Amino acid sequence: MPDLGRAALIVCLGLAVYAVVAGAFAAYTRRRRLAESAENAVLASFLATLVASGVLLAALLRHDFSFVYVWRHTSLELPRPYTVSAFWGGQEGSLLLWLLILTGFSAAAVLLGRRSARSLLAWTVPVLGGVITFFAFLLVAISSPFATQAAPADGLGLNPSLQNPYMLAHPPFLYLGFVGLTIPFAFAMGALAARRSDELWVVVTRRWTLVAWMLLGFGQLLGAHWAYVEVGWGGYFAWDPVENAALMPWLAATAFLHSVMIQEKRGMLKIWNVLLVVGAFALALFGTFLTRSGILSSIHSFTEGSIGPWFLGFIGLVVAGSAALIVSRLPLLRSKTRLESPVSREATFLYNNLLLVAFCLTILWGVLYPILTDALRGEPVTVGPPYYNFFLKAFGLPLLLLMGIGPLIAWRRASLRGLGRTFAWPIGAALLTGLGLLALGAGSSIPGLVGYTFCAFVLASIVLEFSRGTRARRALAGGSWPGAFAQLVGRNRRRYGGYVVHASIVLLAIGVVGSSAYDTTHQQRLRVGETMAVEDYRLTYRGATSERGANAVEVRAVVDVERNGKSLGTLQPGKNNYLAEQQISNEAAIRSDRLNGEDLFLIAEQITPNGVFLKVLVKPLVNLIWLAGFVFVGGALIALWPDAREQRRLAVRYGRHEALAEA
Amino acid sequence: MTELLLAALLAMAVVVFVSVPFLRADPPPQAADPDQDALAVAEERDRALAELKDLEFDHRTGKITDEDYRTLVQPLRRRAAQSFRNGGPLSSETAEPASEQHFSERSLPSSRSDR
Repeated sequence: MPDLGRAALIVCLGLAVYAVVAGAFAAYTRRRRLAESAENAVLASFLATLVASGVLLAALLRHDFSFVYVWRHTSLELPRPYTVSAFWGGQEGSLLLWLLILTGFSAAAVLLGRRSARSLLAWTVPVLGGVITFFAFLLVAISSPFATQAAPADGLGLNPSLQNPYMLAHPPFLYLGFVGLTIPFAFAMGALAARRSDELWVVVTRRWTLVAWMLLGFGQLLGAHWAYVEVGWGGYFAWDPVENAALMPWLAATAFLHSVMIQEKRGMLKIWNVLLVVGAFALALFGTFLTRSGILSSIHSFTEGSIGPWFLGFIGLVVAGSAALIVSRLPLLRSKTRLESPVSREATFLYNNLLLVAFCLTILWGVLYPILTDALRGEPVTVGPPYYNFFLKAFGLPLLLLMGIGPLIAWRRASLRGLGRTFAWPIGAALLTGLGLLALGAGSSIPGLVGYTFCAFVLASIVLEFSRGTRARRALAGGSWPGAFAQLVGRNRRRYGGYVVHASIVLLAIGVVGSSAYDTTHQQRLRVGETMAVEDYRLTYRGATSERGANAVEVRAVVDVERNGKSLGTLQPGKNNYLAEQQISNEAAIRSDRLNGEDLFLIAEQITPNGVFLKVLVKPLVNLIWLAGFVFVGGALIALWPDAREQRRLAVRYGRHEALAEA
Repeated sequence: MTELLLAALLAMAVVVFVSVPFLRADPPPQAADPDQDALAVAEERDRALAELKDLEFDHRTGKITDEDYRTLVQPLRRRAAQSFRNGGPLSSETAEPASEQHFSERSLPSSRSDR
């Protein structure tokens, strides 16, 4: 069925071009039927992409090796779930997934926009069409998943490191996040093109940004867990350029989600917010360019890359076009309000934004520097983890502190007297925690100690916010404490959902600090029956096993584990030899302690029946990182949950105009 | 052959779908440009109300002293009142306790001490 797939992509490209040309002409000349026709083209592009995706999926499931893509990324022995995940395991398939999500989100944005922001859609549709055009063009002309050949007997198989359950979910979540940032970009540009000075675009895109940001953040955590359990080096984030590429748009979107509140509440930072939306989208494209251009070497990148120049050109077009539009609309974006005091809630949001953007730019420079030195001197200069870790501490610790300070400061301005009263409890909790940890010997890492002290401060401020808010709510409306708590959260989901997200960042910070500043690594050669001791653990090598798995030979070292004299069972680190792919992968063995969040992490090298070289890592609190992911999603969902009161208020504000226009 | 047929069907279906607005007798709804000045007034009114609510909440949760509250609340009330005069009253549903609460003397912090 490759012809159907190709035809569907050509149809999608035609529809997208139509949405750009007809949509822009309709918006310019105010032709109503033509505008709706362009909207329908966006909706239909989703259907066409769905057909193309169905063709590729069917080819994968049927092991149709006449498709070059299927031959290159699967084999007959590949388990069914990974045969499905091969859809995004290669360059062309992942681009098709990108297009599928893009057209799906665009169709949803058009359908929802028809109900709540019809007046904004006119210029938004051509922008969406432009982005769809680019990706559809790549798939039609540059990197088609429907290239065919005489069918070989078997395929080359899937990269072994991608044969992990996390790879079933990590790339789709990441793409959902990346692609989701297109919608805020399109609405922002649509509003500017339509010379709109009101904040309807902010209202419409806030929720889209939150969704994309949540999915991108969760996708990154899934990726970190994949790296932790699959790559087998004991870490979860290595400041790899492609990992950085996913982090940068997330940081920009985080800054936007904070600064957009200042625009809504005070009418300030309008230019800044548009710049952040454009920046987040451009960084998402830049991340895709890094992964697919072949410009750098990374475990996450697709090596075959002929699409790099196209991406670079498109990024240039997006940045230049957006900059020109913003400059031409500067008079519309000027704020009438000024910051009243450097000690106020809005000021802390501003500091938070400056730190987030500075951190983002620092990472960008670290990613670009090797590429630039390679281009200019012919020799790349590597920027390693020490560079990033320095700036993580330099920007991350103040950001952590601001998460605790911000919620405690009033809007507009705060006096010293008010601050003293509000900050007393969190500062007390932080000092007690710091001193307690120092007494327990945590002073071996000063950044770790400072990080934990700040974490205590933030957690105390969050608890204080919930308790004072509940008390105030109960004093105002009466009723029970749980009822007052539910009302408090229900009446301001964004604020309290945000606090839950802050709590997740604290959990993340505790996990990262514990597992990186207070971890233990020990390696030793063991013969059969020999024992090694690491912290409270005693590990005894019992011998090696070898088994034929579904599509690999699995060699394992059998290691008995004891802790404080009590047996914890057996761990089996080892190697998988993938036959079709002719590659060997490291298979770490991990024992998680659910009570204290600690992991015992074993890596086995040189496994023979007589001996093994064992690397052992004890990583305290590392499981809090994964727990943080669920709390993060929970907080984001609270913030996302529709608020009927707010919707009624917005309906009064905007609905009247939309309704009048429709009459 | 089946493939070509399916591709042709897909192409025809999307052409029909894209053409639907031209085939309908009644013109599709389209929003004209809203009155930006009216929207600005509505946004200013909502913003002023939201600021009053935030101030009230910050005061109730102890982030703002009584003294600061008194200093800040009067200009905000004047601004809110002005925005109401410019933009007209809200519907009863949306105005709800915010306006009542902030414009009533009962909400003044006369009995609240700066503990």
